[in-house]
Amino acid sequence: MGVVLETVGLTKAFGGVVAVSDVNVAIAQGAVVGIIGANGAGKTTFVNIITGYLKPDAGRIRYLGREITAHPPREIVGLGIARSFQIPQVYTSLTVLENVLIALVSREKASLRPWAPLSTRAREAAALAALEPFGLAEHARRPVTELPEGGLKFLDIALSTALGPRLLLLDEPTSGVSSEDKFEVMETLLRIMREREVTVVFVEHDMDVVSRYAQRLLAFVDGKVVADGTPEDVLADPGVRKAVLG
Amino acid sequence: MSGREGALALVAAAALVAVPLLLPGWVAFLLTLALAKSVVVLAIALLLRAGLVSFGHGMFFAAGAYTVGLLMKRVGVHEAVLLTAAGIVVAAAAAALVGLFIARYRGIFFAMLNMAISMVVYSVLLKLYWLTGGTDGIGIRTPVILGMTPDRESLRLAIYYFTLALTLPAFYVVQRFWNSALGFVLRAVRDNEVRVEYMGTSVYRSIYAAYVLSGGLAGLGGVLTGFSVGHIVPEQAYWTTSGEFVFVAVLGGPASVPGPLVGSIAFEFLKSYASKYAAFTWQMTLGAAMLVIILFMPGGLWTIYGWLARGGRRWAWSSKPSA
Repeated sequence: MGVVLETVGLTKAFGGVVAVSDVNVAIAQGAVVGIIGANGAGKTTFVNIITGYLKPDAGRIRYLGREITAHPPREIVGLGIARSFQIPQVYTSLTVLENVLIALVSREKASLRPWAPLSTRAREAAALAALEPFGLAEHARRPVTELPEGGLKFLDIALSTALGPRLLLLDEPTSGVSSEDKFEVMETLLRIMREREVTVVFVEHDMDVVSRYAQRLLAFVDGKVVADGTPEDVLADPGVRKAVLG
Repeated sequence: MSGREGALALVAAAALVAVPLLLPGWVAFLLTLALAKSVVVLAIALLLRAGLVSFGHGMFFAAGAYTVGLLMKRVGVHEAVLLTAAGIVVAAAAAALVGLFIARYRGIFFAMLNMAISMVVYSVLLKLYWLTGGTDGIGIRTPVILGMTPDRESLRLAIYYFTLALTLPAFYVVQRFWNSALGFVLRAVRDNEVRVEYMGTSVYRSIYAAYVLSGGLAGLGGVLTGFSVGHIVPEQAYWTTSGEFVFVAVLGGPASVPGPLVGSIAFEFLKSYASKYAAFTWQMTLGAAMLVIILFMPGGLWTIYGWLARGGRRWAWSSKPSA
């Protein structure tokens, strides 16, 4: 399998704090990669740099062999990299369904059309299908503000999957989600992503989720990747145990 | 639009067609003015969707009006349809130019930059005396409507129906726009710009497109106001004129398509009565009305429709025999 994403010497500092320090990672197509690390270890910064929200101070990012370093998020999304957010980023004045419909027109490159209706039968069906794995289809007509914390999280993820990415970056997908729903949704999500041959990279604090779903695990400490391997190996690493698990 | 709302829109349109035939002439004049300005208010409401307030739409309003005035006076065009089309195009083109720069800004910067540019337009209209007549403005003569020149008696009605014939489609266009992809993207922009960009949609381009459409609408309002008042002045680009449009948008309820129309009609009549019965304190009367609206109906006058609609449903429900 080919490499989807490759970073070379990726570095980013905020003032005196080096958030990401010389990160060299290659991620294989179709892989499910977990990222762990203590708060402030640079996990989210890493995601922010890849998706173009932050410019790296040094280093390069290649996606499918193509240079995407410091390209704006909009362009990077257009190339097939979607992300979800640690704090759900949704449209709070709209309904659940409308949120997904906007993702779908964006994917179709039809989001600037001022005449044709947003909601069509085909698009609505696609939106409901995107909400289904998260148990949100039945709440589609509700205003987003009526969703509980976990529901918002799932909607945020549903929005990123609705964009039809080839690489999906999830920033703490299960934080704020009840422990009953956590595993079920991760399972369904990852099965669908596998069927679509989507590569998944997820930042996670829950070690049960990590060891169960990640095929490969990266551990960040002070902006550096200190361990890279199978979840068993990485979680057994004494350095990782000390820095990440406490 | 649901079936019920569609039916309501038809009833409202029919009422607007019938009203000037049943009521005295001055009502038709006030309604013409209210319709013409409601299109500008609609333009303001359109940007409010994206969370943007423009305190400078007077410039596009003036662009429409002055296009009519100058084409009539300097070029000798008198066909109203042609003049209207030209007014819309010029105003939209002006918005396309200003928008390139202004679509980057949000919040207070957006509001104030619009105002600043409109004040520049105001000064230019004022100073280019040889072209615009300065503070004297330009008198607009009776236009030719589709080849026909209305006589003195029917002029008022002719202008009214011409205005109505353009206002109703404008409202339809905006209604379509509200439900379009871009219409929803604008609401998304107000809620969360970062997410919009992370969906691959350009926030800048969405705002730019809305701005051009909004400028064109304001231009149409300027054209129609020019025809109905018969005289255009630089004050149309002055910031208080722009402020009035924002005022009326809030008064009527910018979240709905009928809001600007309701607000505009209420405003013209309120202003007219207030200046008749309280000649020296009419602004105070308007201010008081605004306070009442903001305190009790933050969604504007159109909120009343919601109350009535809900009230009706509650009544229908409670009229069923209880088990």
